[in-house]
Amino acid sequence: MKAWRFLLVLLAVGFSGLAPAKEAVPLAADEAVEKRLLAISEELRCLVCQNETLAASRADLAQDLRREIRQMIHEGKNDKEIIDFMVARYGDFVLYRPPLKPATWLLWGGPFVLLGGGLWALIAFLRRQKLQAAPPLSAADHARARALLEATDPTDTP
Amino acid sequence: MKRFLIPLGVFIALLIFLAVGLTRDPSDVPSPLIGKPAPVFSLPRLDDPARQFSTAELKGRVWLLNVWASWCVSCREEHPLLVEFAKTSTVPIVGLDYKDGNEDGKAWLARLGNPYTLAVVDADGRVGIDYGVYGVPETYVIDKNGVIRLKHTGPITREALEKEIKPLLAELAR
Repeated sequence: MKAWRFLLVLLAVGFSGLAPAKEAVPLAADEAVEKRLLAISEELRCLVCQNETLAASRADLAQDLRREIRQMIHEGKNDKEIIDFMVARYGDFVLYRPPLKPATWLLWGGPFVLLGGGLWALIAFLRRQKLQAAPPLSAADHARARALLEATDPTDTP
Repeated sequence: MKRFLIPLGVFIALLIFLAVGLTRDPSDVPSPLIGKPAPVFSLPRLDDPARQFSTAELKGRVWLLNVWASWCVSCREEHPLLVEFAKTSTVPIVGLDYKDGNEDGKAWLARLGNPYTLAVVDADGRVGIDYGVYGVPETYVIDKNGVIRLKHTGPITREALEKEIKPLLAELAR
């Protein structure tokens, strides 16, 4: 009985050691390289699943591209060279921050144009309301108001 | 009445933008490689991995590069059209077997027909990356000077073949 229990414990210990050992494999050796890889790939779009960054995507192509970037880091290329490598192949679309150029003026300026338009509409609306709120009284209006006030019995008002 | 014209105009403009947006395919990303020299590569042939094929062999010729794989579902969709086109095609069609096993690729061609003048294997996908491949199948038209003139992402449709690829090939052949 005692030997059987010992065997069970041994088995449990053995299995608990097996599972995490396999998951630890993809971790790369060099931490500094991985940090740079993460920083660069967070700025890049995964072409396959377009709303994910290259850092977050598990798509096959994303894994290949991370491999390429990792290799370029090992080769001593700087961030700009790596980004240029990606743009040369996949276009500005891979950049989460597209460069400012004639084709992207609307993209960058559009929100501000809309904001300006909204502000202009708001100011115009408020001005018109202000004008309507204080219409100048004519002499006839004044006379009518006075007549009404005088006609009112002061004991009536609370 | 006049005060409603401006919001109405803005609304119609928005409607037009959204309507145009609906007709466009977000997965079709314009390639920066059009008008640029096609990346040079040298890869083992699918039929005989001991032999290499290099893009230099096709210098001075118009050719088609079709990226495919046996694991790719959409490739199956375009395949009959490609086989049909290959029968009458005057230009070489090079098949780039993208991230695929040799045996799988060969079996696939044996079963479904081989439209390729020559097929090469890009096992690690590096050539694919050089060509900006992000969704197989993809097709490139390369001119006599080795410049990429057209890229078609996704399965070739009959419409794309008749209206884009064939006219361009005829123009480039001159």
